[in-house]
Amino acid sequence: MSFLDVLYFIIPSAIFYAAPLIMTSIGGVFTERAGVVNIGLEGIMIIGAFISVVFNLTFSDSLKGWTPWVGLLVAMAVGAIFSLLLAVAAISFRADQTVTGVALNMLGLAVAVFSVKMIYDKGQTDSISERFDRYDIPVLSDIPVIGPMFFHDVYLTSVLAIAVAFLAWFVIYKTPFGLRLRAVGEHPVAADTMGINVTKMRYIAVMISGALGGIGGAIYAQAIAGNFSALTISGQGFMAIAAMIFGKWHPLGALGAALFFGLAQSLSIAGASIPYVQDVPEVILLILPYVLTILALAGFIGKASAPKASGKPYIKGKR
Amino acid sequence: MEYVIEMLNIRKQFGDFVANDNITLQLAKGEIHALLGENGAGKSTLMNVLFGLYQPEAGTIKVRGEEVKISDPNKANDLGIGMVHQHFMLVENFTVTENIILGNEPTKLGTINIKEAAKKVQKLSEQYGLNVDAYAKIEDISVGMQQRVEILKTLYRGADILIFDEPTASLTPQEITELIQIMKRLISEGKSIILITHKLKEIMEVSDRVTIIRKGQGIGTVTTAETNPDQLAEMMVGRQVVFKTEKTAAHPKEAILEITGLNVKDNRGVDRVKDLSLTVRAGEIVGIAGIDGNGQSELIEAITGLRKVSSGKIILKGQELTGLKPRKITESGVGHIPQDRHKHGLVLDFPIGHNIALQTYYQAPISKGGIIDYKKIDKLAEKIIKEYDVRTPSAMTEARALSGGNQQKAIIGREIDRDPDLLIAALPTRGLDVGAIEFIHRRLIEQRDKGKAVLLISFELDEVMNVSDTIAVIHDGHIIDTVSPKSTTEQQLGLLMAGHEVKKTTIDKVGGE
Amino acid sequence: MSQRMVNILVPVVSVVLGLIVGAIVMLVSGFSPVAGYSALWNGIFGDSYNIGETIRTITPYVFSGLAVAFAFRTGMFNIGVEGQLMMGWLAAAYVGQAFEMPTGLHAVVAILAAAVAGGLWAFIPGLLKAKLQVHEVIVTIMMNYIALHTANAAISAISDGGEKTEKIHESASLASEWLASMTQFSRLHWGFVVAILAVIIMWILLEKTTLGYELKSVGFNKNASEYAGMNVSRNIILAMVISGMFAGVGGAMEALGTFGNMMKMTASTGIGFDGIAVALLGANQPFGVLLGAILFGSLKNGGLNMPNEAGIPTEIVSIVIALIIFFVASGYLIRLGLERMSKKNKDTQKIKEGK
Repeated sequence: MSFLDVLYFIIPSAIFYAAPLIMTSIGGVFTERAGVVNIGLEGIMIIGAFISVVFNLTFSDSLKGWTPWVGLLVAMAVGAIFSLLLAVAAISFRADQTVTGVALNMLGLAVAVFSVKMIYDKGQTDSISERFDRYDIPVLSDIPVIGPMFFHDVYLTSVLAIAVAFLAWFVIYKTPFGLRLRAVGEHPVAADTMGINVTKMRYIAVMISGALGGIGGAIYAQAIAGNFSALTISGQGFMAIAAMIFGKWHPLGALGAALFFGLAQSLSIAGASIPYVQDVPEVILLILPYVLTILALAGFIGKASAPKASGKPYIKGKR
Repeated sequence: MEYVIEMLNIRKQFGDFVANDNITLQLAKGEIHALLGENGAGKSTLMNVLFGLYQPEAGTIKVRGEEVKISDPNKANDLGIGMVHQHFMLVENFTVTENIILGNEPTKLGTINIKEAAKKVQKLSEQYGLNVDAYAKIEDISVGMQQRVEILKTLYRGADILIFDEPTASLTPQEITELIQIMKRLISEGKSIILITHKLKEIMEVSDRVTIIRKGQGIGTVTTAETNPDQLAEMMVGRQVVFKTEKTAAHPKEAILEITGLNVKDNRGVDRVKDLSLTVRAGEIVGIAGIDGNGQSELIEAITGLRKVSSGKIILKGQELTGLKPRKITESGVGHIPQDRHKHGLVLDFPIGHNIALQTYYQAPISKGGIIDYKKIDKLAEKIIKEYDVRTPSAMTEARALSGGNQQKAIIGREIDRDPDLLIAALPTRGLDVGAIEFIHRRLIEQRDKGKAVLLISFELDEVMNVSDTIAVIHDGHIIDTVSPKSTTEQQLGLLMAGHEVKKTTIDKVGGE
Repeated sequence: MSQRMVNILVPVVSVVLGLIVGAIVMLVSGFSPVAGYSALWNGIFGDSYNIGETIRTITPYVFSGLAVAFAFRTGMFNIGVEGQLMMGWLAAAYVGQAFEMPTGLHAVVAILAAAVAGGLWAFIPGLLKAKLQVHEVIVTIMMNYIALHTANAAISAISDGGEKTEKIHESASLASEWLASMTQFSRLHWGFVVAILAVIIMWILLEKTTLGYELKSVGFNKNASEYAGMNVSRNIILAMVISGMFAGVGGAMEALGTFGNMMKMTASTGIGFDGIAVALLGANQPFGVLLGAILFGSLKNGGLNMPNEAGIPTEIVSIVIALIIFFVASGYLIRLGLERMSKKNKDTQKIKEGK
């Protein structure tokens, strides 16, 4: 395999693996920017993956090629609703955000597996028949070198994920909503005195993260896994959190980090057939994203990056 | 008189605690109206009621003659009421403009029109002489400018009634002078101001009338021109106040603490203490006068071993302390009342008894062979609670539940009980009421009379003047002059603190005393 | 109502609420909650085999609960119990099979090795927190995944590419024929004694030693502790390491007692995450943790009987546990409810007394 061939193979694969991470880590950016730590993204992804597969299996006959896309929307809605548990406990009842997030992860997995066993009478669903398709992007895919690398056999979900990252950047940094969101995460008391409803903003942020986490799970299930079991999502949500931190709580940073982690993942899966990479022990590639995140936290990410009020419940009148 | 604000018979309760009981405050148009009271008297509560953060249980509020219900800060804004908070409500990593427009952003096609907003901010800044850079980030500008941003926030929203909550607490004397000018300018532009403070001097200087509250009760309203500081103080505290602390002349003996050529950097690597030399002798109180941020914190931390010394020597009773661990320094005879009792002085979640043992828990008789005897801690605690009049239900009560004065008494008891040769007291009376302040000052003087050395650090001129035997004025990290409180005026001290060398002839040097 | 009473009632009410919602889930799914819970009961206490298995399941939960609770008490949130437990498991399994030692001593050495491995795994987040102020939650989560993949790779290496390590030598085993024969050949082993010892050790450490005073002080307020001359960095690292050691020994229970080896895993064991629930329910008190572990261990083991006896997926138990965490964490709500209730009682009492 020539070096270019390797790139033609590995880059689309990296983008492919990155899509769910991008979506979910952008969700993480929204909550953390509003001052709520969402450790529960893993559980939200599980719920998204589960619901999209169930939907896909149930409606593929009638919806045909549209099934995975409608599944995405369903996962989005269910993810947002599921995340309300975190919102209610952590925002309204002042529960510890991390503890609640852990509970969300347990609950997501338990509910999903419980339901799969209920519906299908076994621990794993059948494979879905309608998956996300790949497309060649017209014109662009004909460009030499870049074409085959980025625009050939592209999953639209990946395009969507990248678009969402840019949209998130626009919303967070250019709109009044974004300014308020960041204010609530940095200094909720100040935001409150400026007439911003801190509770409402945090609820919205958590639900956005739920929606995006749900989509992330649905993309993983319908593009990568193809079915659902207890092991479909194992660590994807936490890796998305890692990407968010590695990207310094910035949507485009998270996008870059997620793409990089996608690369590590695709290398660990396809590495055996790639020169040089095949000499690297698999475990190195597997732990790479996590090790890098720790190094990033210890090293080049200043403490100033994390939203200041992140993780702290806001109690009105206490200052 | 035409009133823009009338708060009539306001009552506000938190559980069983009555924070405001039947308080009336009437703000006339175009006046600066001071709201005077001790810490915890209920001033902030009353203003939060006016600003819509709290709902009163009883009483009526009228704005420009009309009865209103202020349900939230938005409503207050709509009524033209703006608040300049004591602890600035600013998002540190936002720009000035972003902070000002937050919640009220001008938009263009759904995006924030930051250019237009900045222009408006700049214009307002010029109109009121506020001199603010619309594009600067909050974390990069001075405290004084941050406060002017707070003022701009209210003006941007069209406020014509401004509440200033303890606005001078963190300002330098020059900044205070500037602020007073700004307040006067605001009045001349048709605004009305409520000034919350417990500083009598400021009230006498700027206010037209004063409303006094004490322990949640309204005491009355007086015209500033017809009153004097003594009367105001008596109304505030409820009894005659002795401003002067009684003490005999000092009899300083041998040097206990000798600092020579000390240099200390802060966390960011900036030199904060520069070539500082200072001597504190047995039987005297040396007061360090200075404006916050001139190296006081770094100096104390260097003496107590909490911060690395870049160069210079710190000697205690002839023994060098430089570079020793904090515990070694404590053990060699240094007591320390830290400037922030919540952050540095106490473990608030520990019982007050455990806090009293915070310096001695590891020593015999409390600890032996790594095993701690909590009964011995209780015994020590009982003793100090009694001797230092710490009012607490029991030694097992969480430190958090005690009042500031009682917390501070426990800390002072803990430090003095170890019988240190040098007692460092950093802002020992900050935020305390008059009774506790008197108690603490007496204890410091008592230590001096026992022949101990006392180093007092304070931002309050009155305190430095009253308690110290010698005043060392710190400016920009070094001692700019050493003077005697007897032969120095507050004005002279103020100038020194601001870094102006005063002609030597006007001040008697203490050296020969 | 006294504060102490409320502190005890919050977990109790949470457990009851969790079980009630669990019953509703069963009802909605078309099952009989009565059948479900009686199957659960039988799975826990049904016969001596079940009792033996229940105690065995409880054992590692005691350790993961103590690990989380110890960290909480000293101002730290250790989500990395999962990974520390896995490293402890690996170390104990390796020492158990690679060395030859006299019976008993071998087990002790293997347990100590597990403690050291767990402690080392926690040392990294502790060090980063103490020296660079890196928040331990994220680091410990990342360390969990590093542990999972590293352990798998290590198992491969130890077993020449196999899927599991060799069985430990008899001399290192905690299994007991006597215990097994008493419980119809369940996998009950002596680990529960070690667990009770660990509870006592944590209690002594926190409540009776000078070190415990320091660790708690640093956990509550680093600045004040530093001003009082304590070595804050050392205490932070030590707190994390001790927490990790409890977790590591929890892993040793699996290696030396339950399984006798370690196998490759595709996901975490879940014991570490459940430890958060155990600690929360036990109010971070050593003996509270013991009670919490008994509850969750019983639920987990009893839940295995639910598919057989009532046809209900065992995940219902995880749903109940997750809900209990939600309720305990939202204790504010329950406190509010309890206070309202007791106030109302007082008021009605007052009315009755004619006041």
